[in-house]
Amino acid sequence: MAVISSDNRGLRLAVRYAVLILIALIFVFPLVFMVMSSLKPSQQLLQDSANLRAFLPVGDISLNNYFAAFQRAPVATFVFNSVLVTGVTVLFSLLVCSAAGFAFVFVKWKGRETLLAILLATLILPFETIAIPMLLMVAHLPWLGVDGLTWGWLNSYRVQIIPFIADGLTVFLFVQYFKDLPGELIEAARVEGASWGQIYRKIVMPLSGPILATAAILKFLVMYNQYLWPLMVTQEEGYRPVMVGLQYFFQLNVAWGEVMAYLSLITVPVLAFYLYLQRAFIASIASTGVKG
Amino acid sequence: MKVFTFAASAAILAWASAAQAQTTLTMWYHGAGNEVESKIINQIIADFNASQSEWKVELQSFPQAAYNDSVVAGALAGNLPDILDVDGPVMPNWAWAGYMQPLTIDESKIADFLPGTKGVWNGQLYSIGLWDAAVALVTRQSYLDELGLRTPTLEQPWTKDEFMAALDAAKASGKFEYAFDPGMAWTGEWYPYAFSPFLQSFGGDIVDRSTYKTAEGALNGDAAMAFGEWWQGLFTNGYAPATQDPADRDGGFAAGKYAFSWNGNWAALNTLQQFPDTVFLPAPDFGNGPKIGAASWQFGVSARSQHPEGAAAFIEFALQDQYLADFSNGIGLIPPTPTAAAMTEHYKPGGAMAGFFELSAQQALVRPVTPGYVVQAKVFEKALADIANGADVADTLDAAADEITADIEKNGGYGH
Amino acid sequence: MASKFTVSNRTGWLMAGPAILLIAGFVILPFFLAIGLSFSNQRLVSPNPTEFVGLSNYRQLLDLATLRLEPLRDEAGQVVMADGGPQYPAVRSLTRNNPDRPDLAGMREWFSFSTGGESRTVVLARDVVFMKAIVNTFIFVIVVAPVQAGLALCLALLINQRLRGINIFRAIYFMPVVVSIVVVSLLWRLIYDGQSGLLNNLLDAISFGMIPPVNWLGNPSTALGAIMAMSIWQAVGFHMVIWLSGLQTISPTLYEAAAIEGASKWQVFRYVTWPGLRNTAVLVLIVITMQAFGLFAQIDVMTNGGPLDSTQTIVFQAIERGYGKQDISGGSAISVILFVIVLSISLTQRWLTREKP
Repeated sequence: MAVISSDNRGLRLAVRYAVLILIALIFVFPLVFMVMSSLKPSQQLLQDSANLRAFLPVGDISLNNYFAAFQRAPVATFVFNSVLVTGVTVLFSLLVCSAAGFAFVFVKWKGRETLLAILLATLILPFETIAIPMLLMVAHLPWLGVDGLTWGWLNSYRVQIIPFIADGLTVFLFVQYFKDLPGELIEAARVEGASWGQIYRKIVMPLSGPILATAAILKFLVMYNQYLWPLMVTQEEGYRPVMVGLQYFFQLNVAWGEVMAYLSLITVPVLAFYLYLQRAFIASIASTGVKG
Repeated sequence: MKVFTFAASAAILAWASAAQAQTTLTMWYHGAGNEVESKIINQIIADFNASQSEWKVELQSFPQAAYNDSVVAGALAGNLPDILDVDGPVMPNWAWAGYMQPLTIDESKIADFLPGTKGVWNGQLYSIGLWDAAVALVTRQSYLDELGLRTPTLEQPWTKDEFMAALDAAKASGKFEYAFDPGMAWTGEWYPYAFSPFLQSFGGDIVDRSTYKTAEGALNGDAAMAFGEWWQGLFTNGYAPATQDPADRDGGFAAGKYAFSWNGNWAALNTLQQFPDTVFLPAPDFGNGPKIGAASWQFGVSARSQHPEGAAAFIEFALQDQYLADFSNGIGLIPPTPTAAAMTEHYKPGGAMAGFFELSAQQALVRPVTPGYVVQAKVFEKALADIANGADVADTLDAAADEITADIEKNGGYGH
Repeated sequence: MASKFTVSNRTGWLMAGPAILLIAGFVILPFFLAIGLSFSNQRLVSPNPTEFVGLSNYRQLLDLATLRLEPLRDEAGQVVMADGGPQYPAVRSLTRNNPDRPDLAGMREWFSFSTGGESRTVVLARDVVFMKAIVNTFIFVIVVAPVQAGLALCLALLINQRLRGINIFRAIYFMPVVVSIVVVSLLWRLIYDGQSGLLNNLLDAISFGMIPPVNWLGNPSTALGAIMAMSIWQAVGFHMVIWLSGLQTISPTLYEAAAIEGASKWQVFRYVTWPGLRNTAVLVLIVITMQAFGLFAQIDVMTNGGPLDSTQTIVFQAIERGYGKQDISGGSAISVILFVIVLSISLTQRWLTREKP
């Protein structure tokens, strides 16, 4: 950088873009590989995978793998289930965990220090290690639904949603972020007689764009990639999510082209969600000017 | 489109029969994602439901890789179907744990079934298979001719020396990336299924089958040591790759990377399409006769079923030669009876894969019939992977034998 | 004042209550059940009655012992030499069926070292694989946490500039994160292929054939490194986003003030940006550490813990044992051990990064 004179802005800009593009290549290449492979017959895909042809739409290109994937498995059902379960969980999670984070940072109440410490300790536990006790539990939980009181949560959406609404990590995300917000603002509002609910809604939430987006993405990724739990609690095909669906493609003779097509398909909703949230980031960047 | 119209007619059939007072039997099956297999099983169910008015079978399919976990989770949660599909070597584990009950069907109906298709535990029949699977040494006639190798037969299989000479010839030819592809990429059940017969041919075993109480001597005796040294040599001497990409396993032989591939009959149809001169050779004889693994997926009745007689009626219905032949034609599996074999395209006498039927009939040995097999398979798999990667043979086999014996003790002898 | 306090009490419980209840019910309670299991002989699949076995599962995992080996001597009392060093008896000849040391039965060599003179001291472990898993997990955490956090911060600073089209780069850098780790692992397994993988071909091309192909996942000395590189690549975009959200909270007026005072770029970072990222840094480090300790999917898809246990990890062992080998009590014991390890680390971390009065 030193060789470039500071007034040579055009060159500086070009270097900046060159760096950005180089890094972009590193991050994007396996995904280009995935999408390109999804357009090729399995045999060609495997041959191409060793060289640069892997990144090019060359050879026998078609959408056949996509048609075949839909033929092999109810792909639409899997994607719908995943999007529904993930979406509902994310929504409730943001609400429940941000409220908790708010209470831990801004409100003084008995037991909050201890509870916060316990909550943080829970984020260490890998889910797999508590899955079996949890399975035994949810198999016998009651539920009040349209057909009255029933026992057992297996084969439902709720069993995939409710246990994951609150988690230590999401609460922790909010706690760390709220600590950075100007506390004087909240104190001033209290003095002026605003209720806690008003402060949460009118002051804190509007300032929390970036962290809401971060928490939403994290939760989305965790939920969308669920495998072990839905496998254990859903025996009916109608409730299965995308990652369990992936197993439909690993028969003894793996159809790699279809695998790539399915992977490309199930990646679309996540990417769309992120791009949507990116606007929240940009909006919050714009708003920080006002805030400061 | 065929599948859709078929599904629709099945649905109509199911709906029509539901109108009468029938008892519903639920069934779990491992074939989700395999269209041909699903089609055949749905056909059998539709035919059965239409053939009588007492029972109605409802199917729930699972992807194979997730099937065992699903059943264990279902059992823990108290949610099992009437009819269970079970992998042969896993059956004793489930029977011992009380997931399954003995299967009562007419003995005469299964009299001429291949031995590997009968799931027997504690002297009782628990499950029966609609097919078997077999493994063969896959190569091309043109390779054998080029390398100047004798074609081994069932009566006269290759000896260990002949097999190693064949690998040497393939390696020396410089035409192949590796002479031999044992299938190291297929981690999991493939290892004990495909490789423990080598050990058995050497004279060892995963566990001492006379008592099923210990692995001492079987897995770490002299025969097992000889096997281990040979196995390690395959990799250290460059005959075979110790780590393999799954894509190479699926496409490597077709791409000409390997001269010999140790592979199952389910992959045979694809290979035949690629190379019409593909031949399926019997396993080499390492001293105690050539051996291959037996037992594939089988049907049984869950212990929780309130209607075992209905479940058994369905299983008996499914054992018709026509269905056995359908499965074979559809997915290349080995039909369990000679009469069904005669009805198939590939296994009828003179068919391209008829050799597999004979392999199954003559060389097949079931994996250890014990509830502990599930753990033993894991231990065996890791030991073989470690030895392939250069671990000390004696240390590894001793440790594996110790772990298996300790596990048997911890489980109160697994009911033996 | 008293009235205000009670109101706060109620609000606190009301707002934190739902999260606390859910976590208590679906995380803490199952974990207590898991702790209970770890003191029993419960199997995943078994008709045998469950019994209390005390600490036996923990001893099985953590037992260590040492053994002194004297070199082999021939009849003349001379030390037998081979490969330029004295020969020692095989460890298994002393641990298996040794009436003098029944306590060593089932133990295996973990590592050994020379203790001066000709004798060697061998450290035995009852579960060598688990010991290796602990070591590997720590190596993974120690390398990945700082590297990933640092790279993520660099990326965040890089894309936190006002440039035309910067959003496209933001999206691209994040892309690996949105693809499931299972999927990413499958793709990289192809890329890392030892014979004809993309990476080997690439290295071959840029070095004009000077670099021989490496069996990345098949070589005990490169496998863990390969998995680390891939893991960092996959998740760095996510931590970039967390840093980015932290950067957003720093007031632009501070930057303006720094600009007026003519601060250099480094000074701006050191005295404006970094102090403003304090809480974010804690967050990023803790999140990465937690995720790194949970390393499982990559292992499961790519190496199964091999070759020669070079990629065994704690969580992989917990699952291999609990599900694969149906030993749910042993698997639970591993989770409890992991919990204790990570809890002590996070307490230390919190103490080190505590807000000084």
